[in-house]
Amino acid sequence: MNEQVSPLTNYLLALPEISLVVGAMILLMLGAFRGNRSADLVCWLSILLLVFAAILVIVIPATGKVAFDGAFIMDGFAQFMKLLTLIGSAAVIFMSFDFMRHARLMKFEYPILIVLATAGMLMMISANDLIALYLGLELQSLALYVIAAFRTDSVRSSEAGLKYFVLGALSSGLLLYGCSLIYGFTGTTGFSGIAAAASPGEQNLGLIFGLVFFMAGLAFKVSAVPFHMWTPDVYEGSPTPVTAFFASAPKIAAMAMFLRVVLAAFPEITHQWQQIVVFISIASMVLGAFAAIGQSNIKRLMAYSSIGHMGFALVGLATGDLAGAQAVIIYLAIYLVMNLGVFACILSMHRSDGMVEEIEELAGLSRNNPMMAFLLAMLMFSLAGIPPLAGFFAKFYVFLAAINAGLYTLAVIGVLSSVVGAYYYLRIIKIMYFDEPAEKFEPMPGALQGVMAISGLLVIFFFTYPAPLVAAANVAAKSLF
Amino acid sequence: MTTGWPILSAIIFLPILGALFILAIRGEDEIAVRNARYVALWTTVITFLLSLVIWIEFDPTTPVFQFEEKRDWLGGSINYRLGVDGISMLFVILTTFLMPLCVLASWNAVQSRVKAYMIAFLVLETLMVGVFCALDLVVFYLFFEGGLIPMFLIIGVWGGQRRVYASFKFFLYTLLGSVLMLLAIMAMYWEVGTTDIPALLAYKFPPGMQVWLWFAFLASFAVKLPMWPVHTWLPDAHVEAPTAGSVVLAAVLLKMGGYGFLRFSIPMFPLASEQFAPLIFLLSIIAIIYTSLVALAQEDMKKLIAYSSVAHMGFVTMGIFTFTTQGLEGGIFQMLSHGIVSAALFLCVGVIYDRMHTRRIDAYGGLVNRMPFYAFCFMVFTMANVGLPGTSGFVGEILTLIGAFRVNSWVAFFATTGVVLSAAYALWLYRRVIFGQLEKPELKAIMDLDTREIVVMTPLVALTILFGIYPAPLLDIMTASVDNLIMNYEAALAAAQQAKLALVH
Repeated sequence: MNEQVSPLTNYLLALPEISLVVGAMILLMLGAFRGNRSADLVCWLSILLLVFAAILVIVIPATGKVAFDGAFIMDGFAQFMKLLTLIGSAAVIFMSFDFMRHARLMKFEYPILIVLATAGMLMMISANDLIALYLGLELQSLALYVIAAFRTDSVRSSEAGLKYFVLGALSSGLLLYGCSLIYGFTGTTGFSGIAAAASPGEQNLGLIFGLVFFMAGLAFKVSAVPFHMWTPDVYEGSPTPVTAFFASAPKIAAMAMFLRVVLAAFPEITHQWQQIVVFISIASMVLGAFAAIGQSNIKRLMAYSSIGHMGFALVGLATGDLAGAQAVIIYLAIYLVMNLGVFACILSMHRSDGMVEEIEELAGLSRNNPMMAFLLAMLMFSLAGIPPLAGFFAKFYVFLAAINAGLYTLAVIGVLSSVVGAYYYLRIIKIMYFDEPAEKFEPMPGALQGVMAISGLLVIFFFTYPAPLVAAANVAAKSLF
Repeated sequence: MTTGWPILSAIIFLPILGALFILAIRGEDEIAVRNARYVALWTTVITFLLSLVIWIEFDPTTPVFQFEEKRDWLGGSINYRLGVDGISMLFVILTTFLMPLCVLASWNAVQSRVKAYMIAFLVLETLMVGVFCALDLVVFYLFFEGGLIPMFLIIGVWGGQRRVYASFKFFLYTLLGSVLMLLAIMAMYWEVGTTDIPALLAYKFPPGMQVWLWFAFLASFAVKLPMWPVHTWLPDAHVEAPTAGSVVLAAVLLKMGGYGFLRFSIPMFPLASEQFAPLIFLLSIIAIIYTSLVALAQEDMKKLIAYSSVAHMGFVTMGIFTFTTQGLEGGIFQMLSHGIVSAALFLCVGVIYDRMHTRRIDAYGGLVNRMPFYAFCFMVFTMANVGLPGTSGFVGEILTLIGAFRVNSWVAFFATTGVVLSAAYALWLYRRVIFGQLEKPELKAIMDLDTREIVVMTPLVALTILFGIYPAPLLDIMTASVDNLIMNYEAALAAAQQAKLALVH
């Protein structure tokens, strides 16, 4: 399937990435010359740019062709994941306007940083070589460090950015160290070359060492336990739209990269990495479920929730087979939709005296704003994995894959932790529906209403016609094998 | 036999349509609220009438699934498939029959957020009917678990003092049991390659696997039914739920557990069922005796009836796991009868709760003086709860006891003590609430049943007595399916025996 192509086609295959980077430069010029007056315009143009890149992703044939001497691959999997990432990024910019204006953060750098991070993510998704992977990862991470600290007048935001940077640099170091060991013991950085060198017969201890370091770095990027410590602080400290961004697009890109690396580079030594994935998956699910119970800040709660969800997605990854890959893809697609909806609600927790983030502030929302309360409740039930909502199908497929692969312990611990996790999602519903109303929120901006409604409806009505997503995920997953 | 149009889907999704109508009603004023009530009432009535068509068209001579529907759904041989047989059809009717009564019972009792309340009930009806019609395990699970959402809200929003605790306990308990069943469903999918229920019924699972699957299903159904010792969520949920919520919980949601045993555990895992039948007997007997004793000590009427429900469900599991015609038919009949009687008892409690706003037994006494008609209805249901001959409660109990006696006379002996105890707590309750002098000053002005309440009570009284005297209409419908169930069960046991002998030789 890894067919070489002509030099020109190289650039054609990478056209979405190239257009994002070039577009970001142009927007940067626009912003630099026109100053922050142009911030709104740059935001809209960034959204257009992301949509344009999404169209390119759809148009470019995803036939599993590799470019740049095998460093870059464009297959069905990459296409699907890039689309999700682009949707996530565009939706986050779309949701940011109101918040950024209120917080006096409406600066033109913000959308540009998101576009650059997204370019890095697309690169990560298509990376078929350790060097390309690292380039994409760093492009993404550097942009993320900056927007985490975007609220320069807030100590918490600066702290979040700094924490993220220091820990991120550490994890990049681990990842690079792993890469160098893998390179040293296989003699190549290309995934297919590594796959050929890593045969199951002989124990290549150096390679396995490299693999462990490498996976530690990856686990950091998907915020899996025990490399999750940065997540709650960064989620809480960053401006809320940035948190929404962290919870959606980068998670999807990192998970896609994780999936591709282990399946493309280490398919022959599944049992070696499988035990690592099983462990971090269990640890993430359990910690995500228990640690979220005590949270009172909704952004911290969503941080633990996302740790848990990455744990569930890793269940699919742990199987290392087609059903598992398909399950991860379905999981990420549904996770993205749910997350955007929830963050649209969090972003509209706005009173005359500013944003509020405590869960208690949602009290009695079902009386003040029945529609928002209903949709948020459905999203919460969905995050908890209750049928017939979309979140159930996400969990259904990962556990289906786990049972097929014989990972019974993982599956049992997984479903039990989903019951524990249900508790804190229910708590939010309880506060909205059973408690006496608190003060009303300001009216919701149209953009947030739109995102919330679309997300809510998708989550509620997914069960009526689930076949397209399942089939598309199947096609995408097949291109990995 | 099939009709040309998807009648089961129509029955399932008609309530959702009604819910959408209510959603479309604007405003929260008196007229909007009244409209919401009427829409809910008419929707449930029409659904009930439609479900009667199934009963009329139903062919009781065959055990095959009828009114089948099949559509592509998830792909990978997980399809949207519906159908009913002699066992499930009756539960569909029971559900649709009780829903209009629930709406009527909530007519004045629920005054806050009426629209949302009616929507929750209609959605709940869709999910409950769906459970009994599903012929695909994933579809079944979807309906089975989906019911948690509206019920959680019904208890939590419109419930009593400790509603938050009760709703959480209800939700998490049930979810915990069900997720294990979900894993078993997945394992079955990979074993057989489909979640189609008729295909799974025909498949012979390996004995070792049967045990695990059986326990995973038990985890779910034992919580739902509920069986001792996982019944503790039920009294809390019943006490805190609004009257109609208790009715639905007792009459329909509990039956899903028993239905699950009949539809899945026994026919799909016959060897494991046979092996662990003694365990079920033990748990059933403990449930019957222990919860009856607990019921004796209750001060709260709803709690007393809740514990008596657990005891009655003990008869159901005991009857089902005798694998005899009498036991199985008795178990099913007991479920249907309990569906009517416990619903009626909760409605009776609701009637006086609406007037006095307390459920404490010692707050009442001598009601017969002011409420003769109410006392009559309450008496009929109390007698049915005790299992007096001539009421529907008797038929189920005697059949399950006959079945148990054929299998193990000790089981029957201990279970029979439960009958005595049930007489004690039920009659004592009746004595304390209805008889005696009307001494409490706040009761002096209490009114007898009004027209709406009479409309609710009359069909329940009539059915309780009718099925007590003439149970044949129900038994005839289930006979073919039950016989088929037993035949397949015995064939599976015989085949396993053969295999064992072949190994020995």
